[in-house]
Amino acid sequence: MSPAAQQRHRSTGGEPIIELSGIRKTYTSGTITFEALRGVDSVVREGEYVAVIGPSGSGKSTLMNILGCLDNPTEGSYVLAGDDVASMTETQLAEVRNKRIGFVFQQFHLLASQSAWRNVELPLVYAGVPKAERKERAIAALTKVGLGERVENKPGELSGGQQQRVAVARALVTEPAMILADEPTGNLDSRSTADVLGLLDDLHRSGRTIVLITHEDEVAARAERNLVIRDGLIVADTPVGVPA
Amino acid sequence: MNTAETLRTALEAVRSHRMRSILTMLGIVIGIASVILTVGFGQGARAQVQEQISALGSNLLIISPGSSTDDSGSRGGFGSATTLTLEDADAIADSDVVPDADAVAPTTSTSTSLVAGETNWTTSVVGTTTSWLDVRTRTLASGRFFTQAEADSGADVVVLGPDTASELFSGTSPVGEEVTVGGRTLTVIGVLESSGSSSSGTSEDDVAVVPVSTALALTGSTSTSVSTIYVEAASADLLSAAYQEIDALLTTRHGIESGDDADYSISTQDSLVETASSTNETLSVLLTGVAAISLLVGGIGVMNIMLVSVTERIREIGLRKALGATPSAIGKQFLAEASILGLAGGLLGIAIGVVGSWVLPAIIDQPVTLSLAATAGALGVSLALGVGFGVYPATRAARLTPIDALRSE
Repeated sequence: MSPAAQQRHRSTGGEPIIELSGIRKTYTSGTITFEALRGVDSVVREGEYVAVIGPSGSGKSTLMNILGCLDNPTEGSYVLAGDDVASMTETQLAEVRNKRIGFVFQQFHLLASQSAWRNVELPLVYAGVPKAERKERAIAALTKVGLGERVENKPGELSGGQQQRVAVARALVTEPAMILADEPTGNLDSRSTADVLGLLDDLHRSGRTIVLITHEDEVAARAERNLVIRDGLIVADTPVGVPA
Repeated sequence: MNTAETLRTALEAVRSHRMRSILTMLGIVIGIASVILTVGFGQGARAQVQEQISALGSNLLIISPGSSTDDSGSRGGFGSATTLTLEDADAIADSDVVPDADAVAPTTSTSTSLVAGETNWTTSVVGTTTSWLDVRTRTLASGRFFTQAEADSGADVVVLGPDTASELFSGTSPVGEEVTVGGRTLTVIGVLESSGSSSSGTSEDDVAVVPVSTALALTGSTSTSVSTIYVEAASADLLSAAYQEIDALLTTRHGIESGDDADYSISTQDSLVETASSTNETLSVLLTGVAAISLLVGGIGVMNIMLVSVTERIREIGLRKALGATPSAIGKQFLAEASILGLAGGLLGIAIGVVGSWVLPAIIDQPVTLSLAATAGALGVSLALGVGFGVYPATRAARLTPIDALRSE
């Protein structure tokens, strides 16, 4: 059965939030062209917890960048929550990234000079939310990830796991349609990994759409659906058991 | 992202790289301070010249002899001729001929040695009339000036400048004492108040003033030629009327045909101020040019650092973009940073300029006038430099694609 056919049969989840069809991405460096994605079709529905897995060089990072509107596909269409991303200007894309997507990166990407709550409020600053409300929401998000006591600490004063939790708080503070996590546990020890994955499980249970990119099978096992990508193509789309 | 947020973010970035920010500003600080100080110097020097010239007397016309041509045809400079005489001065003093002249003071000047007891001192002996005191706006510190009767009779009296008095009598009051000049004994009847200024190198305070007939007797000269005739016009408004009346009178008296060069020249304070100012002006323009170049270099410094800052903070830019910053928000942030650096540098430069304009005059004995226009201009320029040189780095930052920025090492 083709991946597209599998999706048609899928009954879980609500409205489609990500619709990819014929996505290609070609990199050109001098005379060498490299096809990172060679025609990816997929649909992710609201409330799904999807893990994209594949070895390095398989194209999963490229897919993640396209999903996050950080990069444009060379070919194909990407409809995010009903809007075609390909036709958007850089300013409109910025708004999409701001309102609809929450990012969690492998390297945390926190501003070292700013306190935890300042880092978390950053997306709200670009969203134009008033100051008092920003602080309130940032602290609420930090409390949700269990860092209610550390709001004034700077990233350097927090452990790796805590920093990643700040990043998760930042990803969910705007209440985005989906959370995109790119190897969120790649730089964490096993205990912090369990912490962060537990957090993602909680978010999933509360109904949020999560797309997680990883190369670790045990991380992928926490999701309810695995997209296996190899050589720029989705080679398998399989449901997994609901995490214990 | 509103303006307040942009400014806050930019300020934080400036603060968190304190050392680098200070070094960046340094170029602008030095540039602005030097612009303020050089403009201040120029204006101070001009004000000083104007003050010195107006100290000569406010409605003054100065008539000097023209150049002389000797038998061999070699021509001397202005003032070398002996074409101005006491008779010319008398004619100018005639209120029917020159109604707008208030006072006329012809002066002769010779350098002679004065002896008082054991002491001698060589100074300029000025022969003049009773109007001299008024025309040159001088006052007496002690004693009196000579009278019309003394002037007419060529009395043996002298009024000393304060410097001359202290050289000859070292502290004791000279009034009533005697000085010997060229074998003649003169009685000191008064001492001048210090004029408070010295123009063109010669002190107005080192002088011995005698009646003009006495001066002629001292030098044994039979000529009645004088070196300068000072004329005070009735008022500043009548200065040019007086000028034309004198010009017409002297043209007739000296038999100058139309088309010939006059054998005298009449100058006013304005022309003196102009001459004196033009040298200052050239120097000011030169110095201001140098200061402007240093400002430009400072501006390029800001651009340089902002470009480095874009490269250094490329991940931060990527992150901000991923979190929803529009290209214009990123551009504005970097522009605001550059403007803050420019403006802060400008303010610091102004502070140094202001302090310098207080401190420097005491050290180098040159007045420095703080110019409001130059200060406001400097502030405007520093802000413009920040904005101007910030545009390029800001556009570069704004154009970065989020993924390139995030992935960069």
